[in-house]
Amino acid sequence: MVSLLDIIGPVMVGPSSSHTAGACRLGLLARCLVGGTPEKVRIELHGSFARTGEGHGTDKAIAAGLMGFRPDDERIRTALEIVESEGLQYRFEKTTLGEELHPNSVRLTVERGAHSHVMVGSSLGAGRVFITEIDGYPVEVHGNCHTIVLLAEDVKGSIARIAAILAEDDCNIATLRLTRKERGGDAFMVIEVDEQPGENVRDDIKKLAWVRWTHRLDKVSA
Amino acid sequence: MYSSLAAAIKDAEAQKKSLGVLALETESRDQARPVAEIRDALNRALAVMRRAVNDGMTGDLHSASGLVGGDAAKLRHGPPGPLSGTPFRDVLARALAVQEVNAAMGVIVAAPTAGGAGILPAVLTGLATARGIPDEQVITALATAGLIGAVVAERASLSGAEGGCQAETGAAAGMAAGAATEMLGGSPAQVGHAVALAQQATLGLICDPLGGLVELPCVFRNATGSAIALAAIEMALAGITFAIPADEVIDVMGEIGREMDVRYRETAGGGLAATPTGRRLARERMVQIKRSPG
Repeated sequence: MVSLLDIIGPVMVGPSSSHTAGACRLGLLARCLVGGTPEKVRIELHGSFARTGEGHGTDKAIAAGLMGFRPDDERIRTALEIVESEGLQYRFEKTTLGEELHPNSVRLTVERGAHSHVMVGSSLGAGRVFITEIDGYPVEVHGNCHTIVLLAEDVKGSIARIAAILAEDDCNIATLRLTRKERGGDAFMVIEVDEQPGENVRDDIKKLAWVRWTHRLDKVSA
Repeated sequence: MYSSLAAAIKDAEAQKKSLGVLALETESRDQARPVAEIRDALNRALAVMRRAVNDGMTGDLHSASGLVGGDAAKLRHGPPGPLSGTPFRDVLARALAVQEVNAAMGVIVAAPTAGGAGILPAVLTGLATARGIPDEQVITALATAGLIGAVVAERASLSGAEGGCQAETGAAAGMAAGAATEMLGGSPAQVGHAVALAQQATLGLICDPLGGLVELPCVFRNATGSAIALAAIEMALAGITFAIPADEVIDVMGEIGREMDVRYRETAGGGLAATPTGRRLARERMVQIKRSPG
């Protein structure tokens, strides 16, 4: 559903809603996967992000998002200098990630402490974003809801347990999607919820013996 | 939000409301947020728009490539033309100002996109200043613009990479034309005609930025797009109607966008970007961007 505030917005640092604001949002989402500013990131720019990214500040915007700056944060302009002064290791590469991928796409390999994840995301225009892949699992995350992602052993009743934890926190599930690479293999769950889930939700989910890891992706758009 | 302007106009007429009020109420229902909260968000957007207009008038902004900048100040302070002292010249200056801020990585409101971000603030704040219209009404007009943009997003596209410049500055011209027509007292039906009149004038407009940068011709397309919006407003408020309904004009825009060769959709492979001068400038300026410290 298109929101009026998606059309009159976002408030953003220019020059391009897809190459700057959307790029920043993709950085913000990747940051959530490791629960904070990643120390080391490999940033693989695809298509138009690779071809015209420099002139649009796509590199600065992605780095800014990774450090937690939002699309209207004027520090985007000097984000690469901040990366350097903070001693972060962000490496940019130009690549081709496949013909079928949206022209404005990036693969981010983020590392923070013991956490390491790979995310593929696209910027669809007007600042809207779409994550298509996390750690090799196909996903559909738009970042316009609070989203919980988790990797779990494929055990029976797992969805019921997680739904119960969310219900206890008074969190309403908007969408739920489960994918796995093979039968009996690990299951990747993406749950979009209407309300921001409390810290206890992540702690309770983490306590489940069959959950390998879980993170909350912030709502990044209207 | 609505996916048909005709349906929205029908509801507005039946409920004796403006399209802006209808848009606010619909958004409130869709997103389960109070109207006051949505008005607050639009008020913040309006403040950012005004700041961008002011910052862009100083004339000392420069884009990454140096291809654009300083032209808003020329309209404000430069030699007069036949339209000096009129809202027309002021609106053109405001549109250039916002786009110059955008190209210099300043803060703007993407409305609907960053590439077309100059038109709506230029037309609304320019005409509101000329006519002394209070902010409350400008905020409602922003909601009207949002409704029109949502219809374009649903029926066609708001992305130059998908639909060419007609989907960015064209859509922005339609949004500005409809919103300002309502702000100046036009009926919902007149809003529909204003949108159709503006959007028909930009059908087929390609997206051909030099080097793929949101600079040239984007900055100037915002000024000329504003001029188209002003023409549509003037005609619609005079009672002129356009026989093809806005929804159908928008559908045609979407169809042209889908048929448009990829060279004309933000790839810098055709149009002005591929002219001998366009190619030379893009080559020279990209070298400069790579050398600049940021």
